[in-house]
Amino acid sequence: MSFDIALTINGLHRVVAIDDPRITLLDLLRERLDLTGTKKGCDRGQCGACTVLVDDRRVNSCLALAVSLDGAVVTTIEGVAHGDTLHPVQAAFIENDGLQCGFCTPGQIMSAIGLIREGLAGDDPERIREGMSGNLCRCGAYAGITEAILEAQARMQLEHKGEAA
Amino acid sequence: MRPFAYDRPTTIADAVASGAQPETAFLGGGTNLLDLMKGNISRPARLVDVTRLPGLSTIEWLQDGGVRIGALVRNSDLAHDPRFANRFPSVAEALLSGASAQLRNAATAAGNVLQRTRCQYFYDAASVCNKRDPGTGCGAIGGLTRLHAVLGWSEHCIATHPSDFCVPLVALDAVVEIEGRAGRRDVPLEALHRLPGNTPERETVLEPGDVITAIRLPAEAAAYAGNARYLKVRERTSYAFAVVSAGAALRLDQGTIVSARLALGGVALKPWRARAAEDLLAGALPGATVFRDAAALALAEARPCGDNGFKIELARRIIVRALTLAAAGTPDRVPALPASPFALAPTQEVSAHV
Ligand SMILES: Cc1cc2nc3c(=O)[nH]c(=O)nc-3n(C[C@H](O)[C@H](O)[C@H](O)COP(=O)(O)OP(=O)(O)OC[C@H]3O[C@@H](n4cnc5c(N)ncnc54)[C@H](O)[C@@H]3O)c2cc1C
Ligand code: SF4
Ligand code: FES
Ligand code: FES
Repeated sequence: MSFDIALTINGLHRVVAIDDPRITLLDLLRERLDLTGTKKGCDRGQCGACTVLVDDRRVNSCLALAVSLDGAVVTTIEGVAHGDTLHPVQAAFIENDGLQCGFCTPGQIMSAIGLIREGLAGDDPERIREGMSGNLCRCGAYAGITEAILEAQARMQLEHKGEAA
Repeated sequence: MRPFAYDRPTTIADAVASGAQPETAFLGGGTNLLDLMKGNISRPARLVDVTRLPGLSTIEWLQDGGVRIGALVRNSDLAHDPRFANRFPSVAEALLSGASAQLRNAATAAGNVLQRTRCQYFYDAASVCNKRDPGTGCGAIGGLTRLHAVLGWSEHCIATHPSDFCVPLVALDAVVEIEGRAGRRDVPLEALHRLPGNTPERETVLEPGDVITAIRLPAEAAAYAGNARYLKVRERTSYAFAVVSAGAALRLDQGTIVSARLALGGVALKPWRARAAEDLLAGALPGATVFRDAAALALAEARPCGDNGFKIELARRIIVRALTLAAAGTPDRVPALPASPFALAPTQEVSAHV
């Protein structure tokens, strides 16, 4: 049995034929849609490397069945920059050494974007660390990651104020 | 993973009928079920996706002051609902101490309550397990038992139920609403999960086709809002299951405990309500001695299995600490490290934890 599901991925509307309901959102992105920025670490919900936004909320794409997400809006790391202009979180990760090998980074950045959007951590580093605990980094870039999020959040708030004025 | 057929009903009646077919599992957020299917521990031939069922995604306030949590309300939405967190702060704190932000965004209320044990032998298809393959034996007995039970276990299974959410819920008399082939019924959460006995493979009182539609908290539960905490000891500060946890709630009148609610997590195959301890606390003045007596009573029947005897003393200490924190008053906001013994009191909120 095949299911056609509709997804909006990084702003693009797509109808995807799911020929096997076992396929996860992660495998759909990586294996069928050539969006390999989203990484597979554990494939079991334990590392956060596969984090994407579904309907603006961060989730582990390895534990989401694609067929169950019919109609969803998905944002991956490929969809956050504007052309050559990096997303403020991407830029802040580079400026603050928020990475070493980079494998966890797409998941960290998507999770950070989700965290900032939730708007609950404020500028408390402890709340940011707790809110990011679903993203493991084997290289231990945690200190830079926290700094990057604080900086990106401050910059996004300023830009937001600028737009409103 | 075994191939499966996929069904996405849009009425509860269809979900019940579809779910009652053999070898069928309901799919909520999928964060526990898919994990188990990837390991070939759960092998359903059909999945019935309940996430599109109408009317199950809302937090409904009842006339009498109680609340009805729709089965599909996501863990994060419930924990961050201001009115809910205000009335049932220990439930919000427990939710926020569980899993990660990503998982809480996906996990549903019903899925959390029905999540399976994290016994590592259950998860390892190469180990024997009476729960996974009835009659084969228990791989955990004689093995690593840090996360295993000290209360209510049998020689057939020593696993624990891992949910944080369930602990304060059971303390506050939550009721589970179920729709099944015989119609609608209510089951107190305390009676939903079964102790292992001779049949560890039978985990709950649910029958084939039974859909959880909601979880209710009675109005009286909100009377504990001013003095309610959840405390959870785990192997790392965040993103880890409880070794031992406690949900404690007090109703105080002019300094005296009018009534108390206490439940433990990580110690048994169900969220463990400590009623004898509650009775002891009623009428007492809060203080270290009575809290210690209550803790002793709560663990009176505890027995270690293997080398996890430390959990009995740990549970006593967690109870004393949770009661002490509850007596001191619910903080205005969930601490930066929810339910953590390393969280500082709100007055000390400086970042000492690096
Ligand atoms: C890495 C990791 C860490 C975690 N840490 C914690 C933790 O610290 N504390 C904690 O409490 N939990 C933790 N969890 C578990 C998590 O809370 C559960 O996976 C989640 O709550 C399950 O919800 P779900 O909606 O995804 O359920 P699903 O996986 O969809 O379903 C779980 C079970 O419930 C059944 N079901 C679902 N909905 C219904 C319904 N409406 N009616 C009848 N049956 C239904 C399913 O058939 C299945 O058997 C962790 C999980 C992971 C992967
Ligand atoms: S403790 Fe229970 S779940 Fe774990 S191996 Fe033994 S029978 Fe299986
Ligand atoms: S790959 Fe999804 S959490 Fe590790
Ligand atoms: S940068 Fe290497 S895992 Fe995080």
